[in-house]
Amino acid sequence: MTGVAGAVVLLPFLAAVAGLLGTRRLWGGGPPGSIEPAVYRRAAWIAVVPTAISAALAIWLLTYLATTPRRFTSFVEHPAGTGRLPAAVQGTLTVIDTGAIPITAGLRVDDLAALVAVLVTVVALAVQVYSIGYMRHEPRYPSFSAFISLFTSAMLLVVYAGDLLVLYVGWEIMGLCSYLLIGHWWEDRANSRAAVKAFLVTRLGDVGFLFGIFTLGFAAGGFRIDDVIAKVPTMSTGTLVTATMLLLLGVAGKSAQVPLHTWLPDAMAGPTPISALIHAATMVAAGIFVVALLYPAFLGAGPTLDLLAVLASAGMLGAALAALAQDDLKRVLAYSTISQLAYMAGALAAGSDQAAIFHLVTHGAFKALLFLCAGAVIHVVGSNLMSDMGGLRRSMTVTFPAMTIGFAALMGLPPASGFFSKDAVLAAVEHAAAEGAPLTDAAAWLLYGCALLTVAVTGAYAARAWLRTFFGESRVRQVALPEPEPGVAHVWDGREAPASMLWPIGVLAVPALLLGFAGVGLVDWSSAVISLLVALLGAGAVYAAWRADPAADPARLLGPLRVPCEQAFYVDSVYYRVFVVPVLWLARLVARTDDTVVDGAVRGSGGVAIGVSGLLRRLQTGNAQLYLTGVLAGVLIIAVGAVVLG
Amino acid sequence: MSAIIIGLLAVPLAGAAVLLLLTRPARLLRWYGPAVSGVTLVLALVLAGSFDYGRAARAQFEIDHAWIPGLDLRFHLGVDGVSLPLVVLTALLTFLCFLYLVRHRPEGGRSGALAFTLLVLEVGMIGTFLALDLLLFFVFFEIVLIPMYFVIAIWGGKERRGAAVKFILYTLLGSAVLLLGLLLIWAHTGTLDMVRLAGAHGAGIPRAAQILAFLAVGAGLAVKAPMWPLHTWLPAAHTEAPTVGSVLLAGVLLKMGTYGFVRIAIPVLPEGAAVLAPWLGAFAVVGIVYGSLACLAQRDLKRMIAYSSVGHMGFVLLGLATLTPVGMNAALFGNIAHGLITGLLFFVAGAIKERYGTSEMSRLGGGMLARLPYLGSLLTFACVASLGLPGLAGFWGEMLALLGAFHPAPGLSRPLFLVFMVVGGIGTVLTAAYFLLMLSRVTHGRPDEPVPRLGDVSPYELAAWTPLVVLTVALGLWPKALLAVTDPAVRAFLGAP
Repeated sequence: MTGVAGAVVLLPFLAAVAGLLGTRRLWGGGPPGSIEPAVYRRAAWIAVVPTAISAALAIWLLTYLATTPRRFTSFVEHPAGTGRLPAAVQGTLTVIDTGAIPITAGLRVDDLAALVAVLVTVVALAVQVYSIGYMRHEPRYPSFSAFISLFTSAMLLVVYAGDLLVLYVGWEIMGLCSYLLIGHWWEDRANSRAAVKAFLVTRLGDVGFLFGIFTLGFAAGGFRIDDVIAKVPTMSTGTLVTATMLLLLGVAGKSAQVPLHTWLPDAMAGPTPISALIHAATMVAAGIFVVALLYPAFLGAGPTLDLLAVLASAGMLGAALAALAQDDLKRVLAYSTISQLAYMAGALAAGSDQAAIFHLVTHGAFKALLFLCAGAVIHVVGSNLMSDMGGLRRSMTVTFPAMTIGFAALMGLPPASGFFSKDAVLAAVEHAAAEGAPLTDAAAWLLYGCALLTVAVTGAYAARAWLRTFFGESRVRQVALPEPEPGVAHVWDGREAPASMLWPIGVLAVPALLLGFAGVGLVDWSSAVISLLVALLGAGAVYAAWRADPAADPARLLGPLRVPCEQAFYVDSVYYRVFVVPVLWLARLVARTDDTVVDGAVRGSGGVAIGVSGLLRRLQTGNAQLYLTGVLAGVLIIAVGAVVLG
Repeated sequence: MSAIIIGLLAVPLAGAAVLLLLTRPARLLRWYGPAVSGVTLVLALVLAGSFDYGRAARAQFEIDHAWIPGLDLRFHLGVDGVSLPLVVLTALLTFLCFLYLVRHRPEGGRSGALAFTLLVLEVGMIGTFLALDLLLFFVFFEIVLIPMYFVIAIWGGKERRGAAVKFILYTLLGSAVLLLGLLLIWAHTGTLDMVRLAGAHGAGIPRAAQILAFLAVGAGLAVKAPMWPLHTWLPAAHTEAPTVGSVLLAGVLLKMGTYGFVRIAIPVLPEGAAVLAPWLGAFAVVGIVYGSLACLAQRDLKRMIAYSSVGHMGFVLLGLATLTPVGMNAALFGNIAHGLITGLLFFVAGAIKERYGTSEMSRLGGGMLARLPYLGSLLTFACVASLGLPGLAGFWGEMLALLGAFHPAPGLSRPLFLVFMVVGGIGTVLTAAYFLLMLSRVTHGRPDEPVPRLGDVSPYELAAWTPLVVLTVALGLWPKALLAVTDPAVRAFLGAP
């Protein structure tokens, strides 16, 4: 079984290697920027086939786990707080002695891992197919698809890792792929900056994550995940709080949670398939996944859960408000991702990992769908801005219903999947508030209040985006773009996107609509009715404003809050002043100090040596009389000294 | 089998001697350097192949002859798990440098003289790692300086004279202090045999003498490493040195300092090490952050890479300062990884300078990925490897050093080392910052104006660089290959189980 898991991880990796090395000729070939159709086709095959096999194997592994005697318990049962059984499938390749705690190079697959792996491979496959159409005129398609394959492999390594440090390896490689793909159109400096920002912000969190791994590893005497989880009951609360707080840093970085969320909206500079895959469905969910993976450790650390609840509250509401004011369709979706990930974090804080994972899976499906639809819209319109869209429901006959499903799921309207999973989250939070465990009362009620408020705002921004994109008068610029941005059609011709883009949209629409029924047994009808009403309230307010004036932006409802929301509450500029400016100042200071003080001392010592030797040189006059006088004077002094002292 | 050891020194030495006899450099000469260093590399690989990995802690293929009995100096060579990887790295990098030189000659001509210099340099470098006698170690340590001086002074850039003089004076001064320390050890133990000294774990040397000797030996080695604040010879030397000089300087010469810590200072003077380790650690982490910040403000590509060495060697020194097996493993891993990655970085930076005629970032402009896609990609790869991405070689050295600092040797202050660990962790973020900003500045964006087309990577460059890329990936994915060799030796040095 481990062999199968290994194959799932390795196949995309080999595809990445083959895609990077095997699609171009080094010498000869066309001029830079040209793309041969044969090369393009080969790259597409190399990208799609291994991912498809991986997806099939991952699904098979999930069904295998579900049908083995240890029943796959879905999202029901598994009461919080109980220790987990060792993973059903695991194997070790080798043990690496480091001199302290050994590293176990191995894989493990449990229900959680198998489920998330299916999500990853299926979305990755959809995105690979979609990219064939989206990146059709793109000379760097081979490296683009190879990096997606590398990313898929890294994410699967995170999911299947049997050892925390192996997990960390995959975790960081994902970050690199994110960097490379955000910066895919590096001609534009803004994309390059966004890529650097994404890498650095997540890396900052990852340092804490690594130290958290150290803490857990030393407390457990090993980095193997099963060993760590088994040893959790023997660890002191102090250790657990330290370790989980540190891990939380990495989680906040990767999953774009407050206070390390600022990179995600900028990451939308990347091609839309990347936004769908990495920055909505999979990589950003890795943080949530890791918390769920090490959940016993988090449950033993109350303060960490409280902190997580507070951060999640701030994140979900703040990001939803920011989403309401954005004009860029992709940025709306980006802020919505932050907000939805905060829901998952909130569920985790409230003690329900199954609700969090349920929402993770449905969100993965519907957010990937939303992004792919947004990509189709952007592809034909030639702009990211909603003020350049409108009235698209008539021409985009596939994208419109698909995106409607996506928005319904995002708002939590039945029967779309988001309704069930969001209800599970809200029910869990409500439960925590009522019980007073595992959160403190204040944190639980704050979380519950913010979660309900966010439902309303989510309804509002989803309705706004839907109305502004597909309804009303068309605001599309009907002129040919002189120099089109990469990734968009050259001229608006009112047609739907190509079939290779529509197929993945259609395929993803199915789980986005129906996946929720897997958790139908979990529905808490009273909270479901409340949240549905709240969501409709938010949507209704926007609809009313839009009806009043279809040409104007319903974001005007925010009033004086609109500009702060659009600027995401100025967090970016504060960070820039507090972190970036001082570091750059310090760097210049160090460079100057190094030249003047540290090296100055070295040069100074050289100068002193030359000066001293200059003094000594004065004595070497070559005058024999002077030397003789000196010798005589010396003899005299010695003689006198001998007489006096002797 | 000990003939291989002799061969490792004799082949390049004989190769250099033959060069003196050849009066007229023939066309054949072009392949002479690669051939001689290739034979040396094959010998090193044979050595690695016939090495008994089950007994990696013990010196193997030993040769031990009296040389100058009056001084108790013995010609004592051997190889164990600590030195084997460095010997192979040295032979490999020298060979790759010669391969690169076949087509890419530095300005200053006189390729015969350059080959001679590099072969003598190789003798010194390999000898340093093979020596098992303190004085012999010192002799080889010194031999290295002279050819490197000439490499910088003759084939260097515009301000080569000053850089070369600073290099030689600074490192000679360090060597003088090192010699004093070695003599102090000799005065107390009456032996220069490193194997016996390491086995004694400091027995017979009083505590005060150990501290003094560690201070002297450590200072001498720290100049070479280089440790902050003794590093200022490095940026000048690197910036002015020709490509092959920079590669060998960063790839091998810096390792001689940290290797000396592992081989001599820490095992022979354990009490001195225990007293001074916190200082070593403090200087190391200051070096990490200081080096990274200095990199952020650099305008010159080669100078930036030079400062990055200060930061990376800071991690190596931090690993050493923990006095734990994991820290020492980290140091040795970091040594090899830095040799491979920074070697590659300097190769690529040299190639950029050769094409653009400058390594000033502002004059390079942007858009290298558009103008020279392969060179730009290789630069990206090298930078990503250098910033310590997991899955590539650079990560394991840094991570294990931090792991060592998380739990330093008994007797060292744990809170202090936790502070070091956190500072080191911040250093990794800064490291990523300067590399990515440099990449953003140089490789991204559009080329400034229509410029003459430059030739992308040449076959000789590719031949010289591919082994480095492959090894970086291989060691990153399979760190056990190196850790399994060094771990037993390191445990023996520290007397750990």
